Amino acid sequence: MSDNVKFVQGNEACVEGALYAGLNFFAGYPITPSTEVAEALSSRLPQKGGKFIQMEDEIASICAIIGASLTGHKVMTATSGPGFSLMQEGLGYAIMAEIPCVIVNVQRGGPSTGNPTHVSQGDINQARWGTHGDHAVIALTASNHQDVFAITVDAFNLAETYRTPVVLLFDEVLGHMREKLTIPDPGQIPLVERLWTSVKEGVDYHPYLPREDGRLPMSDFGGVHRYNVTGLFHDMWGFPSADPGVVHGLLRHLVDKIYNNENAIARYKEYYMEDARTIFISYGSSARSALHVVEYLRPRGVPIGLLELQTLWPFPSRIVREKCADAQAVVVVEMNMGQILNEVKTAVDRPDSVYLANRIDGTLITPTDIRNILRVIQGKGV
Amino acid sequence: MAVRDYLRERFFPHMWCPGCGHGTILGALLRAVESLGLKKSEMVMVSGIGCSSRISGYVDFHTLHTLHGRALAFATGVKLSRPEVKLMVPMGDGDALAIGGNHFIHAARRNIDMTAIVMNNRIYGMTGGQYSPLTGYGALATTAPYRNIDHGFDVVTLASAAGATFVARTTAYHVQQAKDILQKAIAHKGFSVVEILSQCPTYFGRKNRMGSAVDMLRWFKENTTKIGSKAKAENPDLIERGIFVEKQLPEYCSEYDKVLERAQSGGS
Repeated sequence: MSDNVKFVQGNEACVEGALYAGLNFFAGYPITPSTEVAEALSSRLPQKGGKFIQMEDEIASICAIIGASLTGHKVMTATSGPGFSLMQEGLGYAIMAEIPCVIVNVQRGGPSTGNPTHVSQGDINQARWGTHGDHAVIALTASNHQDVFAITVDAFNLAETYRTPVVLLFDEVLGHMREKLTIPDPGQIPLVERLWTSVKEGVDYHPYLPREDGRLPMSDFGGVHRYNVTGLFHDMWGFPSADPGVVHGLLRHLVDKIYNNENAIARYKEYYMEDARTIFISYGSSARSALHVVEYLRPRGVPIGLLELQTLWPFPSRIVREKCADAQAVVVVEMNMGQILNEVKTAVDRPDSVYLANRIDGTLITPTDIRNILRVIQGKGV
Repeated sequence: MAVRDYLRERFFPHMWCPGCGHGTILGALLRAVESLGLKKSEMVMVSGIGCSSRISGYVDFHTLHTLHGRALAFATGVKLSRPEVKLMVPMGDGDALAIGGNHFIHAARRNIDMTAIVMNNRIYGMTGGQYSPLTGYGALATTAPYRNIDHGFDVVTLASAAGATFVARTTAYHVQQAKDILQKAIAHKGFSVVEILSQCPTYFGRKNRMGSAVDMLRWFKENTTKIGSKAKAENPDLIERGIFVEKQLPEYCSEYDKVLERAQSGGS
């Protein structure tokens, strides 16, 4: 087996993806089931000259990576459940101050301490709306380790492109399951690097003045340009402002820069979708079970397909609507009480043909679970 | 460089109340920076939320105005990722020691090279006069109308126990001492804590009938003394001023360089 083929946990695949993307600063706090991310990076990052720090809690962890991102580094933190709750304050700061960073949430059962060692996909809406105030956020996921690697690289690319935090919503099954991973050669997956300002030293630099294409070039904090960064509404210099025009303009900018690029940010995979009359929509580890059902039923002549979502936020409404236009039934397979179900119902033309196949008991939803629910939906009973 | 050149003059007049001690602390801080001959571009100031934290808007350094209580956590990320900068973290008493108390003791424990300045006016000023962890037993505040039954932290003892390698206290009355202490704190390699008692005539002073800003400054003069003075021996209630801790211990970023060496040489 060559060196770039590994047999790893999903948490390690995420680490490999982050290192491939150029991660060089990580701050975190131990929490199940994400701890292996921190453990692996405490060993790997210093080997390549990067920095790892274990902070006193998750609040401090996200604050530390924001500080390190500002000085010009690619940064990440990783957590689960309660830790993600604690990070919401810092997530909002990174959105407001437009700081590129990647936040990994390996989901476990909640609310509260919940079910630490068991799987759940219960934090989808928290990733969207966990921090206060109107805002936009990018959240991504994947269902196998090769994709965990690739989507982690993508998370760093999107964070730099849009100057925004990106949330990676993995789950306990993905995090701890072992699977083959082939590390691509350098350059095989393109990387988006920090967009640095071309403004010279000694010339006034505006940290929050977008270019014509909407992107905001950065200058390493502590470097040649002095400027202010704040979580208050701020003007193009980064200084606080409560001027209604400034407030309106900044909030619109923060939301529009993401939502105007909904299709560009949308990552998804299609399986047997071309003639499918029944469509599964799923993501993360539950998409594995959904795909298993599709591959079981297809040889038996059932026109069924899977739309696997990798971008959860901004929700790819237009794509979901288009893909489901001819479906008789759309079945959302997820391990929560219908968090993506509601998005799908809002997106499609016929919300009454959208059903939920779920499991919320800390156990991976199985192909049998899904087939049983499918039979109930079809009026056949179990 | 003249002291005023360190200021962002277009943001003046400042937003602090008449008689507030925070402007005096800003003055002492800039004089300390000037005495050390530091350039604006090598200075980073990270602050949290509150009256004290607005100090970062007025200095022409690299300035990061963060979240309530979290300044030291942001500062840790900045310092570890860019160790060459001089980092100062001004905080209020509630900011540093209530919501930020955990970050405070852990930053001290790590001995990461930065200067934490606790601008202690014993009250939450920005929100209108609620009691803080430094208000002290028996004082009045808008949330302690029947007198405060919380005991205050002793910042010096707390910081020393947590591992800070430079710990000092002074007041907004003792401006020359404040400047001298800040100068030493900034020059010190390691985590420095400087508590500066600051008067808040608007809230703490008015609630507790302490008179005008001048009366409150006089209180600092009459109720504090040099460390180990004869006056302290005679009157144990006096608050001591001066440098309590000044020692050299391995600094976090320097230690991290050793981690990098060990990781890259394959050792442990």
